[in-house]
Amino acid sequence: MLAYAVKRIGLGLLILVLVMVAMYAAVFLVPGDPATVALGPRATPELKRLLIERMGLDQPVWWQIVEFFRNALTGNLGYDVWSNRPVSTLVMEALPNTLILGLTALAVALLIGVPLGCLSVMRRGTTADAAIGVLSVGVIAVPSFVVAIYSLLLFAVTLRWLPAIGAGEAGDLFSQARALVMPAAAIALGWIGYIARMVRASMMEVMGEPHIRTARSFGLPEWKIVSKYALRIAIIPTISLVAVGLGSILSSAVFVEAVFARPGIGKLITDAVSTRNYPVVMGTVLIMTAIYVSITIAADLLIARLDPRVRDVFRG
Amino acid sequence: MSGPLAASGLSVRYETPHGSVHALRHVDIEAHPGEVIGIVGESGCGKSTLVTALANLLPANARIDGSIRYNGVDLAKLDAHRQRLLRGDEIALVGQDPMTAFNPVLTIGDQLVDFQHHRKDLSRAQKRARIAAMLGRVGIADAERRMRSYPHELSGGMRQRVAIAAALLTDPGLLIADEPTTALDVTMEAQIIHLLRELRRDYNGIVIVVSHHLGVIAELCDRVYVMYAGEVVEGGEVDAIFHDPRHPYTQALLACDPARFRERLDRLPTIPGALPSLTQPPVGCVYAPRCGRGFAPCKTVAPPLVKLTACHAARCHAVTS
Repeated sequence: MLAYAVKRIGLGLLILVLVMVAMYAAVFLVPGDPATVALGPRATPELKRLLIERMGLDQPVWWQIVEFFRNALTGNLGYDVWSNRPVSTLVMEALPNTLILGLTALAVALLIGVPLGCLSVMRRGTTADAAIGVLSVGVIAVPSFVVAIYSLLLFAVTLRWLPAIGAGEAGDLFSQARALVMPAAAIALGWIGYIARMVRASMMEVMGEPHIRTARSFGLPEWKIVSKYALRIAIIPTISLVAVGLGSILSSAVFVEAVFARPGIGKLITDAVSTRNYPVVMGTVLIMTAIYVSITIAADLLIARLDPRVRDVFRG
Repeated sequence: MSGPLAASGLSVRYETPHGSVHALRHVDIEAHPGEVIGIVGESGCGKSTLVTALANLLPANARIDGSIRYNGVDLAKLDAHRQRLLRGDEIALVGQDPMTAFNPVLTIGDQLVDFQHHRKDLSRAQKRARIAAMLGRVGIADAERRMRSYPHELSGGMRQRVAIAAALLTDPGLLIADEPTTALDVTMEAQIIHLLRELRRDYNGIVIVVSHHLGVIAELCDRVYVMYAGEVVEGGEVDAIFHDPRHPYTQALLACDPARFRERLDRLPTIPGALPSLTQPPVGCVYAPRCGRGFAPCKTVAPPLVKLTACHAARCHAVTS
């Protein structure tokens, strides 16, 4: 298990480096150098040279990447071209909002999606099963920004139940929770469908396995067979799906944060990209990739924890 | 709370998109506490459907006719909830393939504790103590450690011992072993048969052993029913069936058992022909198309069950008492 964990973490670090190399390549492919963008068309050549030197843009690209990682290790992600504030501070300000949004959405999706999938299996072939199926496909098909805009119109503008924008008053948990409802629901909705479909599919497969017949032959109640004997196996593909899907959850956070003008990583990135604020883009992408990679590793370790057969494969 | 078991006129058909499959037709069997009953027949003869019906585990597309009276109660008429209460309490099943019989992500001990869920009077610790004792009885050394093992950490023979222990833990009045040795190698098979023979000495319920292996039946059972194409064609005491078979199918089946050959043969004998379709079973005798002795009524009239002795009967036109 330890060797497995070390291997997974090593692979994760490699992915981080590759992503940052790709980011640097992208920056150099985009027309216009960052210094010109930052200083505007009327900047003097001396000023431009100064900034280029300060940003390290006169160095070879590989050296820039090495420098970037060396600084990142000490917690320095560079400075915002406009405000000159440290990128790490900007990210740390925005990150909690996005993480709360993403995790709430994920928790809601799991808490509703998994039981719906189980219910579908227990009532297979009935109207309830069919209804859950149609509903799942329906919510998967609706993009989260559409849900965001329509719920904004309905609950904030027409009914005035929930705040339209922002993340709530700092320090006021209730107002923060109220501000979280719509953005989280917008992201979660499609995932409820995905998870319900996934759980149903893998559950159907597991329910046909001989050990389920054994559990039935001992007269165990159906809810126990489903929740203990089948779900522990059937949830494994769903964990992988959710880990991979977290990337898409965070990217839908980009749209949803834009719609609800909610401070967060998504908004930070969209603003930084549209103003060519490269240090901010780099720093944010690094942090997001790191989060994404660690979640994937955590999911792999969780699967190994749940399935003793996986555990043994990596023990030897 | 053991009592007699009697299935009478038991028919099971599966509704499929291609029509009804008549897997079991007018089957009559009976068993008394203390008896070991064998059910033998080739693949597809309906023996698994029969035990699945006895254990109330038929799939949703199965339709059942006739009755299964156990201890005065008709199992076929019980609702799903009452059937579930009997399973794992009065009726226990040892399945065919020990490799897949247990949940792969739960420990043996965890599953065997769950399987005793009908025993509300026992604490978890008491249940674990019963498991340890029972695992010892079925010949598993180091029971405490084995309870913490996952199924894949045990060999096939050991898992089948655990399956038998799990069934015995519920103190069933009716223990059904569906091909208990089919998935095991010959050495393991001999060990499991030895174990079952030992266990039957101090077990007072009914045991039903299903097998296509005549040797297993001969070694374990008091009485045996021979099945062919969804029907019981002959039934009687093991001695009578093995030494004085009357139904042409039983005779042919015994003639094909390699264990009974005196000398080595170049070609193993077989029964010519193939099983009749279960979607449209033959009108007359099910065995008539393959029977060497078939005469006029065989193809048109279903043969009656002819009683030969008190408990020996055969379903054949050519047999007379």
